[in-house]
Amino acid sequence: MSRSIVIDPVTRIEGHLRIEASLDAKNSVTEAYSSGTMVRGIETILKGRDPREAWAFAQRVCGVCTSVHALASVRSVEDALGIKIPRAARLIRNMMTAQQFVHDHVMHFYILHALDFVDVAGALKADPGKTSEIQQSISSWPNSSPGYFAAVQKKIRTIFSGGSRSLFSRGYWGHPAYRLPPELDLLVLAHYLECLDWQSRVTKIHTIFGGKNPHPNYVVGGVPLPIVMDGGRALNAEKLSVIADSIKKLNDFVDMVYIPDLLAIIPHYPEYAGLGEGLGNFLTWGEFPMGDIADSESFVVPRAVILNRDLKNPVVPNPGDFEKMKEYVSHSWYAYKEGDGAGLYPGQGETTFNYTGPEPPYERLNVKGKYSWIKAPRWNDKPMEVGPLARVLVMYASGHKATAELVNTVLETLEAPASALFSTLGRTAARGIETKVFGDLLPGLYDGLVAEIKAGNTATFDGRKWEPRTWPKHAEGFGFCEAPRGALGHWIVIESGKIKNYQMVVPTTWNASPRDHGNQPGAYEAALVGTRLAVPDQPLEILRTIHSFDPCMACAVHMVDAAGRQVAGAGTGFNPIARS
Amino acid sequence: MTEKKRRAVLGLGNVLRRDEGLGIFCLEPLRDRLRGGSDIEIMDGGVLGMSLLPLVESCSHLLVLDALDAGSAPCVVMEMAREEIPLFARLKLSWHQLSFQEVLEFAEVRGKLPGHLRLVGAQPADISAGVGLSREIEAVLPEIVDRALGILKEWGLT
Repeated sequence: MSRSIVIDPVTRIEGHLRIEASLDAKNSVTEAYSSGTMVRGIETILKGRDPREAWAFAQRVCGVCTSVHALASVRSVEDALGIKIPRAARLIRNMMTAQQFVHDHVMHFYILHALDFVDVAGALKADPGKTSEIQQSISSWPNSSPGYFAAVQKKIRTIFSGGSRSLFSRGYWGHPAYRLPPELDLLVLAHYLECLDWQSRVTKIHTIFGGKNPHPNYVVGGVPLPIVMDGGRALNAEKLSVIADSIKKLNDFVDMVYIPDLLAIIPHYPEYAGLGEGLGNFLTWGEFPMGDIADSESFVVPRAVILNRDLKNPVVPNPGDFEKMKEYVSHSWYAYKEGDGAGLYPGQGETTFNYTGPEPPYERLNVKGKYSWIKAPRWNDKPMEVGPLARVLVMYASGHKATAELVNTVLETLEAPASALFSTLGRTAARGIETKVFGDLLPGLYDGLVAEIKAGNTATFDGRKWEPRTWPKHAEGFGFCEAPRGALGHWIVIESGKIKNYQMVVPTTWNASPRDHGNQPGAYEAALVGTRLAVPDQPLEILRTIHSFDPCMACAVHMVDAAGRQVAGAGTGFNPIARS
Repeated sequence: MTEKKRRAVLGLGNVLRRDEGLGIFCLEPLRDRLRGGSDIEIMDGGVLGMSLLPLVESCSHLLVLDALDAGSAPCVVMEMAREEIPLFARLKLSWHQLSFQEVLEFAEVRGKLPGHLRLVGAQPADISAGVGLSREIEAVLPEIVDRALGILKEWGLT
């Protein structure tokens, strides 16, 4: 007998990600469908606007990915108009991106994903003395005494017993799929609490380089921050020393807390080194240009496609290739002029809404027809996974030394061959690996910036093509960024000084993609097949794999739910989509 | 321990979803009415999640302006006191689903919820994709700003 389950944490207002899965008699997933239940609409909003302002709108798409959308947007305009940014500006942008990666990945791991493997109920049973011994054996992090962990345990007990008003009120605590020794549960939870203090100390890079925080400023042509070494509001010697200190605090937590914790957790879940990666195809647009942005050879993360898990023969994708890069809407709530079976290159993409789904609340989506607000992007008609696993595989395949060393450490810890990387644990480990690799870029980027300043190269903005009268009548550009969640692309068409067309293909469009015209599943859909659930109405095992991707559903709706309703199950009531 | 002394008005919401951004649209009229001379910080929090925690925790007085869903009729203006704001966490598929209420919950758990905390907002009329408020919500904006000023005065900040 088969049964099916739905995971849809939709509250009354917020539309997000919904997973529908069919289970066989042994409670293993046989088929999964991923649906984005909220429409984005940013492309429609940007039409007709000044291309130089697009970044300010783009960064409002999402509250976690603000700066990556701003960066992809300014790069798209610079690409269209042939603007080259000064070297100091490139170094500053790279530092902001690297900081964002470290901050974002650490927070995602501790606040969300670690709790898929760490049981709060377990931590309450731990012996703080033994936790202290473990901590001292895995790193030199100073918060390691038995008294410290006893205090943390007391705090967790207080939170845990707080009932419904508790941070931990919605977990599957005590679930049989949790398997860490209680002492490790306690150790990681201590760091869950510590990362909240850490984050407030490491955002200085964005505050200083972006001119303000929240919502740092970007500008087409460079960065909006002059360098004047004895100036007040400009980047000066004092601010540079604050940045140097911030880099150290950022990386200390990665080296002494995040990486040791990750290596301590993964050997307890070896079965996740054998499942959770479904497609075998990976794509990166590349990141950290160390030279001209048009020269993808200079990128730290190469631009590449890996097909069928073949690490020996990566292909370089061309984002301007009309034939290879297409988005399909056979199973998505959009209509294309030439018919819904067509595939469109994003630069010529269309965003015409065509909601054919059921009136909410609903039990089931019709997965034979259209069932998602997410389009199905394909490279060479193949679905792709993007994100940390794709990047680490591409860097590993290209012989990046630091990446290879970290990959080997992970494989030794797991006592597993390289094929174990193609898995949920591979993805979770890849996030840690690239956090360290990108964090370790920061001191070099900082030294590079100081060297440019010493050499008198203090220009951070090139305004020669700022005025629209200097632009061609028609221009097209591609802006990219490796966001923490994966390859992000913005395609812009500028005509007579205004935006004629704007399309974004965000990382989660790739990963949470529904089926396409050929019925090929997207990355989540493929990754979940074969996952066995110990308790079908507590689908912890599915969450582990979905969380390992770090979904970004563009948290476009953000309202206070005054009634305090908590809905985790079938979505109920009002849904904004039904109104459009 | 950081000294808690900031006084802030924090506008929240998504300006790409019409009335969803009403908390942000209140900030300029409020700034005009305050006419400087005050040390109250006026901040645009957008749809940021956990990165607002340090700000929240550094405030002694925090007034939050946001779209509010109480299941009431559109444009009803509402005010919630510190102890009335429901704090909760829920099952998440994404780290991006973290709501501001959870940020407040984190602050409370850490014993750093501002002593003076108030929330003012209204039930939106239109949250479809687009920039700019609906005419209905535009009409109640002055009332929200009045309430905000009243609260700042009650706190002795103006």
